[in-house]
Amino acid sequence: MTASSKYRDLVTTYGEDLQLFRTGVRKFWFGLLVVGLAALPWAAAELGGNYLLYLVNLTAIAAIVAMGMNLLLGCAGLISLGHAAFLAVGAYTAAILANRLGLPVWMTVALSGLVTGGIGVIVGLPALRIKGLYLGLATLAFQFITDHVIVHAETLTGGANGMIVPAPALGSFAFDTDLRFYYIAAPLALLLGLAMVNLQRSRFGRALVAIRDSDVAAEAVGVNLARYKTLAFGVSAAYAGVAGSLLAHYLGYIGPDHFTVMKSIEYVVMIIVGGPGSILGSLLGAIFVTWLPEVMRFGEEALRSFFPHLVFPDLRAIVMGLVLILFIAFEPEGLAGRWRKIREYWTTWPF
Amino acid sequence: MDTLIQASLSGVAIGCVYSLVALGFVLIYKATGVLNFAQGELMMVGAYIYFSLVTSLDMTPLLAFGATLVLAGLLGALVERLVLHPLVDEPPFTLVMVTIGLATLLRAVTGMIWSHDTFAFPSPVPEGAVHLGQVAVPLVDVWTMAVTVVLSLLLFLFFHYTRLGTAMRAVAQNRYAAQLMGISVDRIFTLTWALAASLGAIGGMLLADISFLHTNMGFIGLRAFPAVVLGGMESIPGALLGGLIIGLIESLAGVYLDPILGGGTHQVLAFVILLVVLMLRPTGLFGATLEKRV
Repeated sequence: MTASSKYRDLVTTYGEDLQLFRTGVRKFWFGLLVVGLAALPWAAAELGGNYLLYLVNLTAIAAIVAMGMNLLLGCAGLISLGHAAFLAVGAYTAAILANRLGLPVWMTVALSGLVTGGIGVIVGLPALRIKGLYLGLATLAFQFITDHVIVHAETLTGGANGMIVPAPALGSFAFDTDLRFYYIAAPLALLLGLAMVNLQRSRFGRALVAIRDSDVAAEAVGVNLARYKTLAFGVSAAYAGVAGSLLAHYLGYIGPDHFTVMKSIEYVVMIIVGGPGSILGSLLGAIFVTWLPEVMRFGEEALRSFFPHLVFPDLRAIVMGLVLILFIAFEPEGLAGRWRKIREYWTTWPF
Repeated sequence: MDTLIQASLSGVAIGCVYSLVALGFVLIYKATGVLNFAQGELMMVGAYIYFSLVTSLDMTPLLAFGATLVLAGLLGALVERLVLHPLVDEPPFTLVMVTIGLATLLRAVTGMIWSHDTFAFPSPVPEGAVHLGQVAVPLVDVWTMAVTVVLSLLLFLFFHYTRLGTAMRAVAQNRYAAQLMGISVDRIFTLTWALAASLGAIGGMLLADISFLHTNMGFIGLRAFPAVVLGGMESIPGALLGGLIIGLIESLAGVYLDPILGGGTHQVLAFVILLVVLMLRPTGLFGATLEKRV
């Protein structure tokens, strides 16, 4: 029996430290995850039909945004209140490329990621001079300016009427059903997730954590602040852009309502609820925020007898606001932190 | 020329509202270090409270005005006690998130109680206008400017000549030193939130009077951010001046820029200004320099 299998966190060689899946057990779980993800659509179709599958697809898209957001907020400690605007840039880029130039889906998704990443670098530029709270204001301004451009640049974006986007297709095969789309969204989310795991373990990821903990100290040990901060914004925006293009192709229609400041706040909620800095947390947060409103629909009727003016978006906003405040107050490490604590409780049980 | 004067005056009026919201914002930021994203929503709730007091309870305008100030102040104090106070030692970033949650919550609860319809505000000011040559200034605008000037004066006197105002300034300068001098910092925090909420309520009543009463007023409150940043985050005269400048620019852009760049340009101009200020001079017009002791 080798030491590493007995004490799971003990690392004896550099090679072992660099491995993505350190133990056979982890490889097994990852394999099970892939199989589970592949089989999920059938389970969903059995249980709740296409609507459930629709929610699963939205969760996959939200998870991509959350992972990007997490890099910015959880790792680098840079705040963005305008992520819905990055999503919008990606969605409209994909829509315009698909409609005007008739590009295939893999090109629209990739180009959306690139374009949005570029915009992200530009939006991140103020991060060089200002930080923390001021940065939140800058990204909020970006959100409002983007909203404005979408509504008013009618020749490009269709204004308030929005745009029709064709379903993604490879050759003559169209991914036009919920089930077919799942096999684009889920593998892409998984791939981007793996990329993010590696990114966080790289020099780049560690530099961001150093900046978060103390930018002065990070600079003193040779981290180029300007480069890493703008890059973090770029990567985060690129993730949002990819998610935005997927959303556009999936919904088949995009309009300004999909990318409001409220959406931006929901992405922040995902990170806070899931647990800042954790990829598992991003996923849990995305699941939580996407599914919570559906659970709430049951309570809606009961509440409406007390408040006749109650509309669903309000109920959603109330719960989001409450969840945000309660998690910050009582579980700052989010669901991922709770999961870690439960695991530690059982591994050290009965101590 | 008349158009210019007309637009400038209505710009100054709306700028006064921004100033009041910005003022409440700066008060909280200076004293407690919290960047309060819910200030616009506090403003909105104030206007709704006045609306209900007048329409449902048939109060006289003056009585309703006083009651609104008290109720809004109580709401502000309650928010501080219940939500912000337990988190007082958390990093600023966390507190910002909390106020965003609060803003979301307040807006949705307001919609739940009063619906998202647009209401005509029961104006305490008679309709009509003051005529200056060719220029007609609505009485509401005159009233708004007068209230803002009087309030600014009162605040100046309060901060410089009362014990409580001095204590507030002391806490804003250095909360630990103030505590050592026997000032109850907890109490000052609560009172600051109450004061900021009351100021916001006045801004809300004036804004609803100038336009309408609706749940998106909170977003208009967000335009106080450019005013605050322009003035320098910690400066009270800066907030007042910043509000006026933003109001003026918006109004003038509505007349002169919208025909060229398309309708609605004036609505985002404030945020463009915000970005430009943040890039060129993050400390604003009156801000202290950003320094950090390592």
